[in-house]
Amino acid sequence: MKNLLAVSLGAVAMILSTASAAGPREDLLAQYAAAAKSSGFSAARGQTLHTQNFAGGKPDTPACTSCHGKDTRAAGRTPTGKSIDAVAVSVAPQRYTDPAKVEKWFKRNCTEVLGRECTPQEKGDWLTFVLGQ
Amino acid sequence: MKLTYRSLALGCAALLFSGVLLERAQAGGSHFYAPVADALVKEECGSCHLAFAPSMLPASSWQRMMGDLKNHFGDNASLDAATAAKIADYLAANAADAGGRRYSGKLLQGVSLDNAPLRITELPKWTREHRKVADWEWRHQDVRSKANCVACHADAERGYYDENAVTARK
Repeated sequence: MKNLLAVSLGAVAMILSTASAAGPREDLLAQYAAAAKSSGFSAARGQTLHTQNFAGGKPDTPACTSCHGKDTRAAGRTPTGKSIDAVAVSVAPQRYTDPAKVEKWFKRNCTEVLGRECTPQEKGDWLTFVLGQ
Repeated sequence: MKLTYRSLALGCAALLFSGVLLERAQAGGSHFYAPVADALVKEECGSCHLAFAPSMLPASSWQRMMGDLKNHFGDNASLDAATAAKIADYLAANAADAGGRRYSGKLLQGVSLDNAPLRITELPKWTREHRKVADWEWRHQDVRSKANCVACHADAERGYYDENAVTARK
């Protein structure tokens, strides 16, 4: 009886903890969805965004993969040699839980690669993509 | 053997000399620049490159850099005013001509404090120290930039730039 109680409490705790860890990401996606007035996000679109070449940004970084690398589960590298945590959540589970940080890097990186800020639709698509990687 | 004053004096001198040599060898000479110790500064300044030791530039350089983050070596590194101010204060306080004086040593030789460069790699002493590094080495895929100290100075994040411990490249 005591064992069953302990196990149930443990299970509930685990479920609740994952819910709270996913909280800020869900909030962020909800924000983007509201701003985009979109019909939903697509990981496939996010992947295209991540890998395609853009002409409008800096010539050294035509794509997100220029620094993040072709493998989402491998570390990336900045031009000055700094290692970047993999973008895939399966490998870097601490990522995307600080909305201010996510927004800061979207702003910097989209400006650098696309030459403009990413739209809420693009941000939602990309986030959906990496959450599933 | 007879223990004369002369032999004692010579012995002591020899020991003292060896001691100094040993201490200099262990300390890595004048090649230690205390790394950034502030968590915020390290996070914000160390996400794209090594968080450069504040003692490598004079306060006026850091202030100029922090006042123009929109034009940070070709990138827009802008931050909110409060964060930027905290970082600027830290860097200026630990700069080569301030709190970092005990580390900067000869690095400020030939540097005009009024017109100090923004690039550590443009300090006359830096240029002299790295004059033997060939172009192909800077272009090597593991290096790629003069700002990539860690590529050759493996212990740079801990503040050590000992020329005797440089990673060789083929």
